[in-house]
Amino acid sequence: MTDISRLVVVGASLAGLRAVEAARKAGFDGSVTLIGAEPHLPYDRPPLSKAFLDAEGDGTAPTFRERAQLEELGVELRLGAPATGLDTDGCVVTVDGTDEVPYDAVVIATGAHARTLPGAAALDGVHALRTVDDAREVRSALDAGARTVVIGAGFIGSEVASSAQKRGVDVTVLEALPTPLVRAAGPAMGAAIAALHERNGTTLRCGTGVRSLEGSGSVERVVLEDGSSIPADLVVVGIGVVPTVDWLQGSGLRLEDGIVCDERLWTGVPGVYAAGDVARWHNPTLQEVQRMENWTAAAEQGAAAARNAIAPAEARPYGTVPYFWSDWYDVRIQFVGSPNADEVVVVDGDPGTSGRWIALYRRGDRLVGALTVNGQSDVMKYRVQIMRGGSWDEALDFAARRRERSRGVSSPGSPVGSAV
Amino acid sequence: MRVVVDYTKCTGLGICESLAPAFFEVNDEGDLVLLKEEVGDAERQELEEAVAGCPTEALRLVD
Repeated sequence: MTDISRLVVVGASLAGLRAVEAARKAGFDGSVTLIGAEPHLPYDRPPLSKAFLDAEGDGTAPTFRERAQLEELGVELRLGAPATGLDTDGCVVTVDGTDEVPYDAVVIATGAHARTLPGAAALDGVHALRTVDDAREVRSALDAGARTVVIGAGFIGSEVASSAQKRGVDVTVLEALPTPLVRAAGPAMGAAIAALHERNGTTLRCGTGVRSLEGSGSVERVVLEDGSSIPADLVVVGIGVVPTVDWLQGSGLRLEDGIVCDERLWTGVPGVYAAGDVARWHNPTLQEVQRMENWTAAAEQGAAAARNAIAPAEARPYGTVPYFWSDWYDVRIQFVGSPNADEVVVVDGDPGTSGRWIALYRRGDRLVGALTVNGQSDVMKYRVQIMRGGSWDEALDFAARRRERSRGVSSPGSPVGSAV
Repeated sequence: MRVVVDYTKCTGLGICESLAPAFFEVNDEGDLVLLKEEVGDAERQELEEAVAGCPTEALRLVD
């Protein structure tokens, strides 16, 4: 196709940035417009709940590129106002309700926004942690020694709790469900990872719902469903994210927990592709329909969607073995593949006692996932096996060889139960 | 062409090892080890993926 001369990318975070860069790298010489709701240049989000919160940091946004670099790439930046509509018949993106940006191809990478607690917005000292502005607020509260309550024991909340604990401020983590991280790692490993909080001196209360946040002007306490309350100067709400698709209502795109795409990240509407947290696509590598909320998928999908958008006749499937990591205390948690498994087996270490362990996830006779906790030397070896469609037996054999290598002894893997 | 690691940025996340295992390996200390530097023409594609896939942008290809 040679009639695509205007590429518009909606969403100026990692996926959007990688989309515009990939289009240029592929030789696209038409106009490229990058639309972003936030006023900031594209920046890296993983550090916001990690190093950015450390006392030693200086609060500088982890910006990916200078403005001049993007201009040199021939990218027109439209930052500071959100896209508010998509007309797929007229091929126009509307920005801020009035400005019309016509396209021949569009990549939608509007990401996701933090889920909020009802009534929480009215009080100062209550924050999500999604944007650099959120992170600056949390950081300055920690600087002031805020008594901290984290609502939600997912990865973001846990990283914030870890940062607070490292600074020596009082911190409590509340989780409404009996076990955290089930969707990410399955029930057995969710519980095992969550136990790292107590081991590092942070109070974690599971099965604990929040009734309300109270205070005059600023938050002063978190009231629990049992009527008790916890004093707080800072409340960080980490209860998940919602794909940012409100602006696409009526656009004709299929919206079901994100934008539904095929394996080429195509929405089924001519010229319209999606990437990153907002995209729900068929992952041919794992044969699952998935919506990712991680760095690697955002980066890769942004590039893949742009390449397909500018050359739809040569569009290629995008498949991946998903990967995410999280850093808590002195522990690096890494996961590759899918947690949707028939069985989970710990093949190295003991989650109950050691700070390092490896769990493998079996579906049928295949290895589909691996969780490592301080197992940086092993995690990617399992990712390679999953990419190749490696068998479960092969993975167990490999794990046994790794154990022998590291200690010269071999012990059988211990099943920890099903994680369906 | 060769690959260069900026060890001031690398934190050993290891994505590169999964994309180009002949070049990269994370050791038991969690540090990235560069197994070889020189990139042949046939290896260029996978090295470019490793460079693009690095979450800390610690990898570069140089002539």
